[in-house]
Amino acid sequence: MSAPTDLNIDRIATLARLALTPEEREKFSAQLVDVLANIEKLREVDVTGVEPTAHAFPVYNVWADDVAQPGLSVEDALRNAPAQRDNMIVVPKVVE
Amino acid sequence: MSSEIFNKSIAELAALLEAKAITSVELTRAVIARTQAVEEKVKAFNSYDPADALAQAAASDARRADGQARGPLDGIPIGIKDVIAVTGQPLTASSKMLANFVSPYDATVTQKLRQAGAVIWGRLNLDEFAMGSSTENSAFHTTRNPYDLERVPGGSSGGSAAALAAGEAIATLGSDTGGSIRQPAALCNVVGLKPTYGLVSRFGLIAFASSLDQIGPFTRTVEDAAIALQAIAGHDERDSTSFKVEIPDYRAALKTKKGPWRLGIPKEYFGEGLDPEVAAAVQKAVDYYRSLGCEIKPVSLPHTEYGVGVYYIIATAECSSNLARYDGIRYGHRSTEAKDVVDLYFKSRAEGFGPEVKRRIILGTYVLSSGYYDAYYLRAQKVRTLIRQDFLNAYKEVDAIITPTTPTPAFKRGAKADPLAMYLCDVYTIGVNLAGLPGISIPCGFSSGGLPIGMQLIGQPFQEADLLAIAHAYDSKHDWSRKTPNL
Repeated sequence: MSAPTDLNIDRIATLARLALTPEEREKFSAQLVDVLANIEKLREVDVTGVEPTAHAFPVYNVWADDVAQPGLSVEDALRNAPAQRDNMIVVPKVVE
Repeated sequence: MSSEIFNKSIAELAALLEAKAITSVELTRAVIARTQAVEEKVKAFNSYDPADALAQAAASDARRADGQARGPLDGIPIGIKDVIAVTGQPLTASSKMLANFVSPYDATVTQKLRQAGAVIWGRLNLDEFAMGSSTENSAFHTTRNPYDLERVPGGSSGGSAAALAAGEAIATLGSDTGGSIRQPAALCNVVGLKPTYGLVSRFGLIAFASSLDQIGPFTRTVEDAAIALQAIAGHDERDSTSFKVEIPDYRAALKTKKGPWRLGIPKEYFGEGLDPEVAAAVQKAVDYYRSLGCEIKPVSLPHTEYGVGVYYIIATAECSSNLARYDGIRYGHRSTEAKDVVDLYFKSRAEGFGPEVKRRIILGTYVLSSGYYDAYYLRAQKVRTLIRQDFLNAYKEVDAIITPTTPTPAFKRGAKADPLAMYLCDVYTIGVNLAGLPGISIPCGFSSGGLPIGMQLIGQPFQEADLLAIAHAYDSKHDWSRKTPNL
């Protein structure tokens, strides 16, 4: 494991699409270094030949027949949209 | 049990309803009145809708008058953690991000409770997006422990535990990712059950860490937990991780499964950091099981000390991925300050999420990022395998495992401002989620300061019938859970 001191919080926050204030930046960096230092303990464990567990029990893909089912009405589906017009969600312009 | 109607168990109330000694409307009115009387102190709810609850109660009474009553939950008011969808009601996750969100559909568990006739009652507070162990991370308000209002109720399902302890519901639902049902249950003197991963559908549960999350009930007795689990368990084609297993009659199993059982005591759960009063209370419960003829065996779960580290890698990784959906576009908070669409993501997320959620997104993004994935995430998944194997090895020798649920009774509000200190509260509950096992916390005493103490029983995968029977053998012969707080 890499030393946790190399945590580049700006790069991580950009990947997470999360704007941080200068105070948050400083505070989270320090706290995460603490948490990562605690996590470093996992280096002690010999994991040679151990398979990773993603789920406690095997998960299989589930196939459903391609049959139309009743779903939400347009009104219900858009009820929580921050901005809408003509049954569409309004977003800032993406392409000039 | 207390004579007050709002403090009775589901089983007691079901008998009174069946005998027509009370109606659901009377019961629901009593719960609403109790809520209005104590909620200012407890602050367990984000919102509640008395008219909606009374309409459901009237429908229940009408069914019963017609001879169409649906079983023990018909007419019983059940509170719902505010991460589980209820059609037409707010669904906030105690986050500014979803402050104005209204559920367009029911979660599967909500539908199942309705089919059982339950009165769906109120939206219960939690740590924002279920991330925390004290309910102090709610963006709206901090829920109090009904046994001491200066102390936390635990979390993340603190509202669910506190409401039940305070008589503001007859049972409640919560969700448990690293202990979020069992830990608050222990701190609030109620029973909290986290079922085996995959037993209860997660459809309609706001996702935190999808490989760990599981919905379960808070109740006043183990018998009530059996009744509630019966209603919500079972395969759901809308949740691909839901398992096709036969659902037994859990309540009947409490009588038919009599033991004596082989019970394991893991030494790693009784070491440094455990409050002596908690240790003594759990030891006394173990002695009781011995007096029933159970064989008490020491077992070892050698990878226990790595549980918190594994959990905070896997849970934050999954959370960073799950919470990517909150982008200010289709639903949730949208910033009005953004200059373009990418800026809209950055600002909406910055304004909508609270500090703990941001911290976990950052940590999760870091452990998944290029160059760190193998060192953190992949290694954590491998250690998760070892933790799971520890439990399965122990189950070659014992039927269930007994531990304290929490290292200490309820702590004071603001006492764990350091995130790492808060994360370490979950040390005894996390392994169960990582291994996908069922776990139940049941009341087993009080500290000298009058604070509740819980013990955790951990069962084998999908063997809830045995786990509940073992818990019932203790709970039905002790009256800890019959004590109620002075509010």
